[in-house]
Amino acid sequence: MFLAKSLTKLFDGLAAVQDVSFEIKQGEILAIIGPNGAGKSTLFNMMTGTFKPTSGLVFMDGHNITGLKPYRIVTKGMARTFQTTSLFDQLRVIDNLMIGYKWRTGLGFWNTLLHTPKWKAYQTEAFLRAMEILEFLGLTDKSEFFIPALSQEEQKRLAIGIAMMGKPRMLLLDEPTGGLIQEETDRITRLIQRIRDQGTTVCIIEHKMQMIMGLADRIVVLNYGKKIAEGSPEEIKSNQAVIEAYLGGEVHA
Amino acid sequence: MFTKPIHIKLFFLAVLIAALLLPLFISDAYMFQVVIMSILFAIATCAMNLIIGFTGQASLAHGAFFGIGAYGVAILTKAGVSFWLALPAAAVMAVLIGLPVGLISLRTRGHYFAIVTLCFGVIMWIVAGNWIELTGGENGIFGIAPPGDILVPLIGRIDFSSQAAQYYLALAFLLLTLWALYRIVYSVFGLTFMAVRNNEALADAVGINTFTTKLISFEAANFIAALAGGLYAIVIGAVSPSAAGYGLTFNFLIYLILGGIATLSGSVIGAFAIPILMESLQFLQDYQLLIFGALLVVVIIYFPMGFVGGLRRLNQIIADRRRRKKSEAVHVSG
Repeated sequence: MFLAKSLTKLFDGLAAVQDVSFEIKQGEILAIIGPNGAGKSTLFNMMTGTFKPTSGLVFMDGHNITGLKPYRIVTKGMARTFQTTSLFDQLRVIDNLMIGYKWRTGLGFWNTLLHTPKWKAYQTEAFLRAMEILEFLGLTDKSEFFIPALSQEEQKRLAIGIAMMGKPRMLLLDEPTGGLIQEETDRITRLIQRIRDQGTTVCIIEHKMQMIMGLADRIVVLNYGKKIAEGSPEEIKSNQAVIEAYLGGEVHA
Repeated sequence: MFTKPIHIKLFFLAVLIAALLLPLFISDAYMFQVVIMSILFAIATCAMNLIIGFTGQASLAHGAFFGIGAYGVAILTKAGVSFWLALPAAAVMAVLIGLPVGLISLRTRGHYFAIVTLCFGVIMWIVAGNWIELTGGENGIFGIAPPGDILVPLIGRIDFSSQAAQYYLALAFLLLTLWALYRIVYSVFGLTFMAVRNNEALADAVGINTFTTKLISFEAANFIAALAGGLYAIVIGAVSPSAAGYGLTFNFLIYLILGGIATLSGSVIGAFAIPILMESLQFLQDYQLLIFGALLVVVIIYFPMGFVGGLRRLNQIIADRRRRKKSEAVHVSG
């Protein structure tokens, strides 16, 4: 469903990502792992249009989406979250979610000003979708809360919820459990599994090996901007290059 | 979803009735003029609120677009065009001029956007003072006739040469502006403005074209500012470069900040209260601006959301206290 072809990104001549190719299959959970500075986030940013690749191509469902702006990429069915929990922290939970549905509607200037029948239909549609997502996230009773009143974990869940609002076919998560304790990490892991079970393909960047080994169907390993391994968690666990480069000669699993 | 509590609605209704009855109680022509001016400035401040308060883009070209409206109406009515055509024409002109300005300036962010738009504001002010054939230079344009009579069913012919009629005209435009902003701000579309203000990268990532969103907000603000400027031209009966000056921009900005940024009522309160406050500080003479400046600094530090923001915080504190008392009571009885 998704294909990255020889992606390369140079920053002032230095390669942050070099000739990385991989595929994401419909309905799977693919993890991208690697030590700090391996180029995971740069790769992510190229996939979602935040960075333009220096060379290489990105395909979604066979369409070339290389170099499209992030807001256009979303309409191709790919949504993302950010590494540092990124929310609209001046707005309420429900408002945060509604914004995520806007691109699917015709809620523009004139429809809104004139309250056309279309406006009513779309506004209701967005509201119902937000209610659905709130329930999915388990945040229904907090819909009117402002963001600072939410716990760290709730904020992470909401960030995923905002991305889910637009009904993406593929969800890209950048360290969704960063800074969380084990118990919270487990809950987020279950949430990600439920998202996949609903039919959304997931691509995830993570540091927590134990969590990834249990969650991912396949893993891509980066080191110094290059792909050094790809395979199932079992294959990765026993891959010599990965053990040397990333795990420091020891597997914590 | 976005409804306000009933006591606030009743309060707004009371304010509206008072506003409608006001001409019966004002006998002083000077005071009346001040009130009409405040309404026009309130309209312009509301518009500024859209781009600065809700969209978070500090456009300092606002006075220039007010001026384009004022000069547009002045020049067109002098050329024999009816005011009722000249006003929308001037507002559309502001939008057309705003298009290249927005397309260029909105590529910059934060302070840079403020500087670029301020530059445009200053340029327009200089143009107004120097393009003598068109604008009359420093002397400006005088003798702008009041709007022609219009026939309204049931009410009959309205003559706009009286102050009361001009008052109602300005009030109608203020209500229209508030109605439009209310619809925009309290909607999913309005949320996208706030999304751009709050977190542009995330807004982009959830499918919002942030550039277009900013441009729409900028142009809507320019359109409304020009309407206010056009009304200003016929109420005063003359325009001069100060009606397009950056001084005006900063006046609007002060009304906006002190009244309460990103609140609909704040802009109106600011536009009415600040001129009155300035008048009442008149006795300080040379120290007037000094004291006012100190006041401004205090408000920005302690009430960054202005008067309305302060009220809301007070309301929140009271509500929290009540809730806590209630839950304590439950604990005691339980």
